[in-house]
This record gives sequence, C-alpha cells and structure tokens, in this order.
Amino acid sequence: MLLINCPYCGEREQEEFSCGGEAHIERPKNPPELSDDQWADYLFLRQNIKGLQFERWNHSFGCRKWFNVARNTATDEILAVYHIDEKPPQLESNDPITPCGEPKIGSGNFSTTKK
Amino acid sequence: MRLNNNKNLNPKKQISFYFDGTKYQGYEGDTLASALLANNIHLIGRSFKYHRPRGIISAGCEEPNGIVQLEQDEFTEPNRRATEVVLYNGLVAKSQNRWPSVNFDFGEINDLLSPFFPAGFYYKTFMWPPKFWKTYEHFIRHAAGLGVSPKKEDPHKYEHYHYHCDVLIVGSGISGLYAAKIAASEKLQVLLVEQESETGGSILSANNSNNKINGQSQNEWKKEILEELHSYKNVKIITSTTLFAYMHYNYLLGIQDIDPSRGNKKNNSIRQVLWKIRAKKVILATGSIERPITFNNNDRPGIMLAGSVSKYLNGYGISLGKKIIIFTNNDSAYQTAIDYHHHNIKVSAIIDIRNEIDGDLPSLAQSLGIKIYSGYVVSDTSGRKKITSVTIRKFEEKDSNKKNTEILECDLLCMSGGWSPTVHLFTQSRGKLKYREEDSCFIPDQPHQQTISVGACNGIFDLKSILEDTRKSVRDFLDCKSNDGKIEIYDAEEINFGKQQNSWLVSSKDKISKSKMFVDFQNDVTAKDIKIALSEGFQSIEHVKRYTTNGMATDQGKTSNVNALGIISELTGVDISNLGTTTFRLPYTPVTFGAMAGRYVKEFFDIERTTPIHEWHLDNDALFEDVGQWKRAWYYPKNNETFNEAVNREVKATRDSIGILDASTLGKIDIKGRDVSEFLNRVYTNAWSKLEIGKCRYGIMLGDDGMVIDDGVTTRLGEHHYLMTTTTGNAASVMGKLEDWLQTEWPELEVYLTSVTEQFGTISLNGPNSRKIVESLFPKQNFSSDSFPHMSFKELEIDQVKCLVMRISFTGEICYEINVPSSYALSVWNKCIELGKNHNITPYGTEAMHVLRAEKGYIIVGQETDGSVTPVDLDMDWIVSKKKYDFIGKRALYRSDTSRKDRKQLVGLLTTDPSIVLEEGVQLVEVETALPMPMVGHVTSSYYSPNLGRSIALALVKSGLNKKGTKLIVPTSNKSIEVEITDPVFIDPKNERLLA
Repeated sequence: MLLINCPYCGEREQEEFSCGGEAHIERPKNPPELSDDQWADYLFLRQNIKGLQFERWNHSFGCRKWFNVARNTATDEILAVYHIDEKPPQLESNDPITPCGEPKIGSGNFSTTKK
Repeated sequence: MRLNNNKNLNPKKQISFYFDGTKYQGYEGDTLASALLANNIHLIGRSFKYHRPRGIISAGCEEPNGIVQLEQDEFTEPNRRATEVVLYNGLVAKSQNRWPSVNFDFGEINDLLSPFFPAGFYYKTFMWPPKFWKTYEHFIRHAAGLGVSPKKEDPHKYEHYHYHCDVLIVGSGISGLYAAKIAASEKLQVLLVEQESETGGSILSANNSNNKINGQSQNEWKKEILEELHSYKNVKIITSTTLFAYMHYNYLLGIQDIDPSRGNKKNNSIRQVLWKIRAKKVILATGSIERPITFNNNDRPGIMLAGSVSKYLNGYGISLGKKIIIFTNNDSAYQTAIDYHHHNIKVSAIIDIRNEIDGDLPSLAQSLGIKIYSGYVVSDTSGRKKITSVTIRKFEEKDSNKKNTEILECDLLCMSGGWSPTVHLFTQSRGKLKYREEDSCFIPDQPHQQTISVGACNGIFDLKSILEDTRKSVRDFLDCKSNDGKIEIYDAEEINFGKQQNSWLVSSKDKISKSKMFVDFQNDVTAKDIKIALSEGFQSIEHVKRYTTNGMATDQGKTSNVNALGIISELTGVDISNLGTTTFRLPYTPVTFGAMAGRYVKEFFDIERTTPIHEWHLDNDALFEDVGQWKRAWYYPKNNETFNEAVNREVKATRDSIGILDASTLGKIDIKGRDVSEFLNRVYTNAWSKLEIGKCRYGIMLGDDGMVIDDGVTTRLGEHHYLMTTTTGNAASVMGKLEDWLQTEWPELEVYLTSVTEQFGTISLNGPNSRKIVESLFPKQNFSSDSFPHMSFKELEIDQVKCLVMRISFTGEICYEINVPSSYALSVWNKCIELGKNHNITPYGTEAMHVLRAEKGYIIVGQETDGSVTPVDLDMDWIVSKKKYDFIGKRALYRSDTSRKDRKQLVGLLTTDPSIVLEEGVQLVEVETALPMPMVGHVTSSYYSPNLGRSIALALVKSGLNKKGTKLIVPTSNKSIEVEITDPVFIDPKNERLLA
C-alpha cells in the first residue's frame, strides 16, 4: 500500500485516496469547434506508461482535494506531489529503472539480474 | 526419546494431546512436531499424489510433510504445520490424505501406479473429449487437496492492528537481537518480530558448549540481551507473529497467533491479529532454510534436515534415533554429529559427497571418532513407514550396481544440501538478488526500499562474521556513527568452513525416469517430472514450475525451489544465475481468511444506512431492499399478502387516494455561491439561469461522453442558493464529480457544495388526496395549483420546525415532498399517517414506487440507462439545451456514434396477451430465425400495472421511436411472446392528474 503525501494533510495511507487517472488533460475550452477525432482524443485516449507517469489523485476520505502525483508505475515510487494547477515537475529520471532489471516494456519475472 | 536437558521446556508441566485418536503426553513448550517425535511417531501423513508415507523433516515454517488437520468441527483447520503448532493441553490433531488410516491407506496404490502419473498427467488425460471435463472434474476435485476445509462458521474473533515504528526488525536470532540492541540504544522506536513462540532463532537449536559469544553460551547471551531490551520503553517484542508480506513504502503485514489453546477454551476470544506495520526502516534478520538432497527415495519418514535434528536435540531434548547417518555436501551437518556426541550418542556414519574435507567441524568430528565416508553419496534408501537402511556408493561411480554399493542400517538419516538465505521478504520489497555460485545461495543485492538484510538471510553463516557484519551494517543503516563506544562489541571463535560441493541429482541404479527422487515433497514433484517438463519444451523456470507444480503447495517450495533450479541447471547445462528464480509471492506462509477479514464481517462487512423513519417501517412489517448501503422499505405485506398482492394494493391506493413514501435516501446537495447558476448550466443539459427563486427544475447529468449518469430535481432556494437532489445510489459519486469539475477545471467559479442527504428526512405524499394532508399539516398555506403549482417550493413550518416542501412528482400524481430536519422526520411521518387515516393513506415501498413511475414512463437512471444511453436515446431532446455553447456531455452528443439513427431508443412495450409480465432483461427480435437471432433491443423495466389491469414494460429498441405500433417478438425457450412498441407513458399522457 502506498504512502501518499497529500499536499494539504501530509502523509496518509493509500486507502484514504482514489486515483483519477492521467493528469494534465485539460478539458478543451471550445468543444463545438473540435472534430470527432479531437474530442475522442480528449475523452478516451490515455497513456499507460511503464515508468514515470503523472496522475491525478483525490484525498477522498480526507480533505477531498484533488492534486497531482508523479509516480513510477514500474516501482510504485512517488517522485513528486504537487497542486492540481501546477505544471509537472522536471524530474531527473524520466525513465526510471525497473528494480529487478525487468524489460522496459511488458512484464518480467526475473528477480535476478540478467546478464 | 526424550533426554533430560530440554532447555525450552518446562519439565514439570506435562500435558496431553491426541493424534489420530490416541492420547499422548508432551510438555509445555513443545510444538506438536516435537511432541510427536518425542513419542517416536514419525509417520504423520500421506503424500499428495502417491500417498507415500511421510514424516516430519524440519523444525520450522518450511515444513512440507508434517502437516495435520488441527482440531475438529468449527475449530478445524487443514494443513497446519505441526512444526509451528504450539502444544496445548487437549490438542486434537489428525493425519491427512489417508483412508482409512495413516498406517493402512488405500491410496497407496497410486505409488505403484506412479509411472502413469507424470507431470502434466491431468492436462494430458482429461482434455478429451472436452465435454467430459464436467464428469472428470468431480472425481479429480475429490481426490485433490490434503486437509478438509471447515464446514461450520468460525466462532473466533480476529483483529487488525496498526503499528508505526522507526525500525522494524524481522527475526530474533543472533542478528535480530543484536540489531535490536543497537537500534534501542539509539532511542528509536523498535519493533522486534519473531515468528516462533520463543525468541532466539538459531540459538534455540544451538549446542550450549560451543559457538560461544564473548565466552558466554548463546543462551546466556540471549538472556542478557533480552533483559536489556525489556528495560527499554522504546522496544516492543512480539512472538508467534509471521510477517508474510513486504509491500510499498516499508508496509509489512504480519499474522500473530494469540491463543494457541483455543481448542480447549472454545470461547470466542481473539484468535489472530493481523498486524499492519509501517516502518521507517526495516532490518531483515530472517535466517536461512536448509535444503534437502535429491536422491532416490529421499522422502521416507526418518529422513530429516540435519539442522532441524539438532534443534530437536538441543532445544527440545529429543534424540531421534539410535543408528544415525548423516548425508551432506557441506560442513554444517557435522555440527549435528557433534551435538549427538555431546549426549553420548554416536552417529554411525557421515556420508560426505566431497573428496576434500578440510573444515574445522569435520576435523572435530573426525577427532571424536565418527566414521566419515568422504566422496560418498546416499543413492537409495529402504524402509516403508520408517527408514531402515541406506545404500551408499562412491560419488564418482555414476552407474551404481550391486558391486560398488554398500548398505548401511539406520533409523535416522540427516541430510544437508546447504542453506538458502530466507530472502522472501527482501524480494517482496522488490530488492534485487544475486547468485553466489560456491554455496548456491541467492543473496540480497540491491535493496529497493529502506531495508537491509543481516545474518544468515544475507548469506553470512559463521558466527564471528555474523556478529561483525550485523554491527557494522546496522550502525551504518541507522546512521549511528556519533556514539561509537556505546555499543558492546561481540566476538566469537573463528571457525573455518570447508567448501560446499553442489550436486543436484544423486543418481541411483534406477534411471531418473524410474526413480522417486523427490524435489517438492508436499506436491509430490520428482526429478523425473522436471525432466519431462524440460523434454516437452518448457524452458522458462516459471513454466516448469506451473507444469510440474513444483513449489506451488502450501509450503510455497521453501525447501524445493533452489533444488528445482539446480536440477534444471544440471539437466540443461544453463547456469542457475541465468535461469532466474520464480517470483517470491506473498504470503510467506498461509494466512487465514478470518485474519484478513478481521472485524469486518456480518453487520460490519459494509455500512448499513437507515433513514430516520426506519423504526416505523420495522414496526409496520416492511420488507427491505438494499439500495447501495441503504435499507429501503420494499413493500408492506398485510394479512399474509403475497408480494404481488401487497404491491398491487400499494400502487392502486396511491392512484386512488394517497400513498406515502419514505424518500429520505435521495441524495441532497446544498449548493451556495455567486456562480451556482453558471455551474448548473455547465453540469446539467438544460438552462438554469432563468429559474425563479422558489421553483424546481428536473435536470439530467451527463458524462463528457454524452451518456446519462444521473437525474434529479434541483430547487432554487435563493438568489445564490440551490438544493440539488440525486438518485439514491449516485449521491456520493455525483458529489465527487461536481467537486472534481470545480477544483480541476473551473476553479474560477465560486461554488460551495455541502452534502445534506442525512440532514433531512424526506416524506413523499402522492395521490389525488395528498393535498388534503398537507393542508392540515400546514394550515396557513394555500395549496391550490395557482398559489403552489407543480415544480415549485415553499419553506413552511410545523410546530416551529422548518420544512422544505416541494411540489414535484415521481408518480404522475399530485405530490408533495416534505423535507424535514432528520430528528423530526419520524414525528412528521406519524402525523401524516394520522391525518391520512380517513383517506386510506397507504405506505408504499420501492417496488410500488417502481411500478408507479413506469406507468407514467419516468426513467430510473441505472435501469433504463446503463452508461451507454444518451438523453436523445431516452426521447428527452427537450431537456438538452440547443442554445448553450457548452455543457458536460454536449460535444459527445453529435459524435458519429451518438448521432446514429439506429441507436437503441426508449419505448413502451405491451404484450399482446395482457397477462404476461415479461422478464426484465429479455431480448427482442423482429422475426424468429435460426440461432443466433439478430436482436433489436431489450426490456429494461417490466411490471404488472394494477391501474391498467395489464402488464406494461419499458424497453430500449433500435430506432424504436420510429417504430411505434410495430410488433416484436420475445423468444423464450418454450414459447414466443408477441409485443407491440408503444409510447412509454401509459397513464395520464396529458398530465391532467399531475397538474390537477
């Protein structure tokens, strides 16, 4: 279970939070002018990164505030927590290494280093 | 046989227990395993596949064979490891997987048939013909499994316990205790967890006369350290607790056995506690597990791990044999021979696979006059229910025949194939392992979290190095460089260990294909099975594991995983380091469902919400329906009425006179702020700016994909003040959605949302006579349609209690919804009932509510809609604003898919035979054809309408809006039902009743 540092309340257990998917997807200001493809892109298309991903989280059993989290999805490390209106931080490791030397894409069950 | 030096046992306290119906004596402090062995019982159960006789091989949680059915009836538990069960007076255990008895088991025939049960036997045999699987399955399931699950409810309680600490130390052996001492003196909050009932780890199996620490025996050393630890307030020590999961951010789960004597007490005391521990730093001192050696017939009772034999001797004072042979590939097993020598019992022979033996322990053994067969192996054993002899030969002579073998009699064979560091928790924490060739150990490499491994679990096996390494690593890890002199330095005598020699398979006169060289004892996996898997093309270690089921039993392969890797490596020529390991999954040891559930069972499983009027429903014999977490009155049967009779009566009375409904569960959101009107414009499909104060408006809420997610009536209470209602089930999610939009997309709007669902009780009065009741309730108010029209609101008072009264309707009748502060809701409800007596006021439940709204063609979100329905599909274009530039869901309403003309649309359905009530969910077709028939829609709601005297239904039908008057067919298994597409409003289409 993750330990999430809510920017308003401090560190709390993951069970107090809910994840709202990919962050920094702004609702278009001019929907009527968008093509079907552009609207579908906003509505449906989301990234599924193995590595650094920016996500929206809500402290739903706490202050109920939304905020952003930079998480390495391969290791579940939370690299940054920041307010909902802030830009994603520049993080040094944009391509974090997987802990067990697994392949960068897909799953891997090797818990030893592959030579 | 019990000797008289049992340091762990209280020799005065003798207790009795039962195994397979026979009464035996043991001592307090025994485990079930030690007590059985002390009574010379080696045959504990039958093996999984071949029903071979099996006995205890170890003294810890790694035990694959010594598993029993513990206790009886509701207290029974299958597959309990006898090596972990703490003995208590009156304990009852049974052997498993045998019939009729462990000594005479019919299943043993499987052992003779074993050539027919190779790896993949079930996959190969029972796959054809596919239809027959259902027949096979019954028999296979019956034959599978070892113990028997309890059939009765568990009478015990279980708790969850949250704990936070600076340092968590896992394991209380020498490293763990030393680490605790260092951490404690740093004034850190320390939690020391031991899985056995007593602290000490390997100290419990140590011989008191050698391996001293600073000249003290290990036991004295432990006593001193424990005394010191107990004097610290910042140290907590818990025993009988197995940490079985190591998750993110140093979050560990442990299971603690509280009351081992539960079988006797049979009360409902707490039996286990699930510990949820969040530690800043974790020190793993989990020790190591000895490996068996893979040779022919290595599974007979009386063949045990050498280290465990020492533990039974030194810890429990039990001598396990008179003719003892040791088979080893390393130095550690010599200690067992030396330990026995201290009790004046001479080990007959040590069979050592190595030609060169140069360690200190072998030298000592040699000087004690113990016979050592250097360069020899045990290639086979005899003895059906207990070992009687071993066949030995020179290791180098691969093909054994009678000429070069020798038979040695024995009653105990101690084996040691080296030690595997217990790295389970370390890898669960996602630390990386590395492989150390010389003693075939997977040892911790790069940690991923704030954790270190010390002692044997770090691959350090000699006492002197353990003490040095623990001191250094723990001090570095805890960053305690400042107060150097404070921690005592411990030292031990240096012991030279000879090199280990790995040999994964010891061949016998039988070829592998005919041999019984067990790798996984609990799942009966042999070297032959692994060979078959490899020859059939399974290459990945994960695939070999699944095909052979090696390591997949309840012991999770603690003794078998590395041996399986070694065998694969030997058979394929691939280095073990390149094979990788299978994943060390949690839980480390089995966890009971009870502990996982904790107190969250029965009434605590989920929150039960009741309305402020709930008591009245109970008093009036209501039956209840679960709607989300709410208990809602479903219907109120009178005088033995059936369900249909009661619902029909409630529906009819409401249309004829007056019905009263408890609608308190509706979600209510109080919305205030400068920009509420704009906010509502954005989240609802219709326009809100022009809604007058004191008026109500129905709204439909969409997702941005254009699909209906909620509906309800919102009332304008003031210039910047609205009260929104949501459907019962969606109250929380709508609230969340609104907050989401406000916080993330429209922070510029000044809007405040407050959930007031539970602040009000809502009483809904429906029917032509409802006006008479409210007139009596609020005598000062004029309730005529002119002064209090449909879709309007007044704030009124009963006995100085302010009520929000809306004239809105979900039945199509005149209806007043009275929102009363919760604590007054029941009294107002009672008042309504009292006032309505002369008008046959009839309480109705959710079922009648459904029928009433369906008669009027009103939708229910979640019944007529399923997340794929737009307001246009519902024929509700009228509520979708054309003027607004944007609202949530607008753009999606004219995507190519949502603007399709042949979408499923909401219509009414009438069966040609009015007595047939369709089943909800049935499919509709135009013509019956051969299967599969092209389906054109489905029924979403279907009821008998007592007001119409016939059945009615709502349905979603492709292009249904243009097909009114046409006929469709509901094909069922025995008949076809003809239906006609109609308008969905069956009663009062001109709203004459509603607006009266």
